[in-house]
Amino acid sequence: MSETGTNVLEVRHLCKYFPIKSGLFGRVVGYVHAVEDVSFTLKRGTTMGLVGESGCGKTTVGKTLLNLTPKTDGEVIFNGNVHLDRLSGRELRSFRPKIQIIFQDPYSSLSPRLPVGEIIGEAVREHHLVPDDQLDGYVSKIMKSCGLFDYQKDRYPHEFSGGQRQRICIARAIALNPDFIVCDEPVSALDVSIQAQIINLLEDLQKEYNLTYLFISHDLSVVQHISDTVGVMYLGNMVEYAGKEDIFARPLHPYTQALFSAIPVPDPTVKMNRIILEGSIPSPANPPSGCKFHTRCRNCKGVCSQKAPRTMDMGGGHTVACHIYDPESGYAQEK
Amino acid sequence: MAKKDSNFITARESRRISKENLKITRKLDKRLSRKHVPESEFLTQMKDPGNVVEFDDLHTYFFTDVGTVKAVDGVSFNVPVGKTIGIVGESGCGKSVTSLSLMQLVQRPNGQVVSGEMRLNLGDKAYDVAKMPIEAMQKIRGNVVSMIFQEPMTSLNPVFRIGFQLDEVIKLHNPDMNDEEVKQRSVEAIKMVGIPDAEGIYERYPHELSGGMRQRIVIAMALVCNPRLIIADEPTTALDVTIQAQILELLRKLKGEINASIMLITHDLGVIAEMADYVVVMYAGRVVEKGLADEVFLDPRHPYTIGLMESKPVINKKVDRLYSIPGSVPNPVNMPDYCYFRDRCEKCVAKCQGKYPPEMHVSSTHIVSCWRYENATDKR
Repeated sequence: MSETGTNVLEVRHLCKYFPIKSGLFGRVVGYVHAVEDVSFTLKRGTTMGLVGESGCGKTTVGKTLLNLTPKTDGEVIFNGNVHLDRLSGRELRSFRPKIQIIFQDPYSSLSPRLPVGEIIGEAVREHHLVPDDQLDGYVSKIMKSCGLFDYQKDRYPHEFSGGQRQRICIARAIALNPDFIVCDEPVSALDVSIQAQIINLLEDLQKEYNLTYLFISHDLSVVQHISDTVGVMYLGNMVEYAGKEDIFARPLHPYTQALFSAIPVPDPTVKMNRIILEGSIPSPANPPSGCKFHTRCRNCKGVCSQKAPRTMDMGGGHTVACHIYDPESGYAQEK
Repeated sequence: MAKKDSNFITARESRRISKENLKITRKLDKRLSRKHVPESEFLTQMKDPGNVVEFDDLHTYFFTDVGTVKAVDGVSFNVPVGKTIGIVGESGCGKSVTSLSLMQLVQRPNGQVVSGEMRLNLGDKAYDVAKMPIEAMQKIRGNVVSMIFQEPMTSLNPVFRIGFQLDEVIKLHNPDMNDEEVKQRSVEAIKMVGIPDAEGIYERYPHELSGGMRQRIVIAMALVCNPRLIIADEPTTALDVTIQAQILELLRKLKGEINASIMLITHDLGVIAEMADYVVVMYAGRVVEKGLADEVFLDPRHPYTIGLMESKPVINKKVDRLYSIPGSVPNPVNMPDYCYFRDRCEKCVAKCQGKYPPEMHVSSTHIVSCWRYENATDKR
């Protein structure tokens, strides 16, 4: 069950639409296409990075995978045969410890009224993962592996700094002995030197417990450091997906290229050949026709605004959704 | 538990401290709120006329009920005309308070500039901002020095139109302009920051614009009075990378057009490397290293600067494990008298047990506060 190499998660054509309601009776007047046709697989013990601008649906993917918001269409399969939406309430409850999430903001995701030991141990007790008399020792062990001290067990979250709180959030997730953790921007709210501590902690825990991460972030340098595979999202679509080395050495989609070139490099001698995108991300309630990126794309041609691009496999699991790489799209023939 | 006790104070002690604080802050506040102060009182001389602002041993303290927080504790650096100076440091290191001190926007009465000078160059004369009363400061703020804040949504008023908010700044500093001229200037400013439909935007409300657009409006607002210095306090932190690239490009372009200096405050080393000519690294209220951008980035000297650079993952640079500075920032109340970084530093020398290190010159422009470079001073 826990050997490396098997698929922990398979996502096929995942869609999530949020209805827009208006008027007195809440009539549905349209849908926000938050996630549209996203597919990927995740192998045990690996990390997948998910990047994109705000509002592109990264967090929605994370939440929909865990069935925190029900999906509209598509399939999410854990461990080869578990479909969360087909489980009964009791089965879902017993499966929950296997899939955990770490939220972005360590200030609002911890209950201010519970001491830290209780925050970490509560779910363990609820799920009867360890006998009650050993719970205290178990919590201490988990806290220690996350860089927290035993004497901090009786303290409340407000007594901790941002980095320590994020450690508590991680400890809470780890305590349930999960297979898969969604890390939703776990380091964005932290300072640079604390970021490094948390990233190292996540990597150490991954090795120790053979964890699988979905690492959602808008910081590409962090994603490059921690991930094995990277998916780039734009307006609900996965526009490019490849192994880390492959995608950073050879970004294919024009959006990925622009995104990568926009990262500031902390070296004044490097002069970047920067691609600056015009305008901002369009509204997902009213997305552009054809390829959603065509309004900001510098390689845009006529076909881009008419037809949505197919997802092309460029070899080695490197997929890209762009007309440029599709010989049948008619992009090459156009002037 | 011992650690907790050292920060614990009794209610009686807290009352005593707050009483004392009241005495100090009242005295300082009274000085600031005087009216009709003769100009001669805050007139001063620039040490080097090539600078827009000279911070000289600035101390800004917050008088809280648990003790005095020395948010800025002896900061000195210069901002040369037409250059960009980047201030970098973690949260709580005093980089924002330094800039707020210059604007006299530190939260009074608890926060006060206690001592030091901030010499502001007005071309033909120079003022010491630390001594200026509120009344005189109002003519400077937004006119000679203007500020771009981090969060573009909260720095624009949601109940007024964009145009009204821009006009307000111009009218306040140019009372003899008529409405038509004011509007024209506002529209020009909107055009200047690269918004195509300037007349249309003039009539809009802030909530109708995207984050990047709002930040452009805030920049336009900072520019309308042709300031000599623009303070940009984390201008791109709340924005996406692609929008950040747009805003940085815009700032760079505008700097050339209006010949203003920029004081860029950020925690992102990448942004600093791209924009700044000079870099100031702050830690716990003090400047630990300053110099030309090339010097600081290519040859960082202070252990904190080195640690900061190594702990940031860099694109296309592979490391197995990120370096992380051990420990965290010390408690700002009751700072010790030795180097503040000593407890986190892995490169301590014998002298570190002693006093706080003075400024050591590595080169004529590169200055670092660390005992390890004591002998480098001679080469100056």
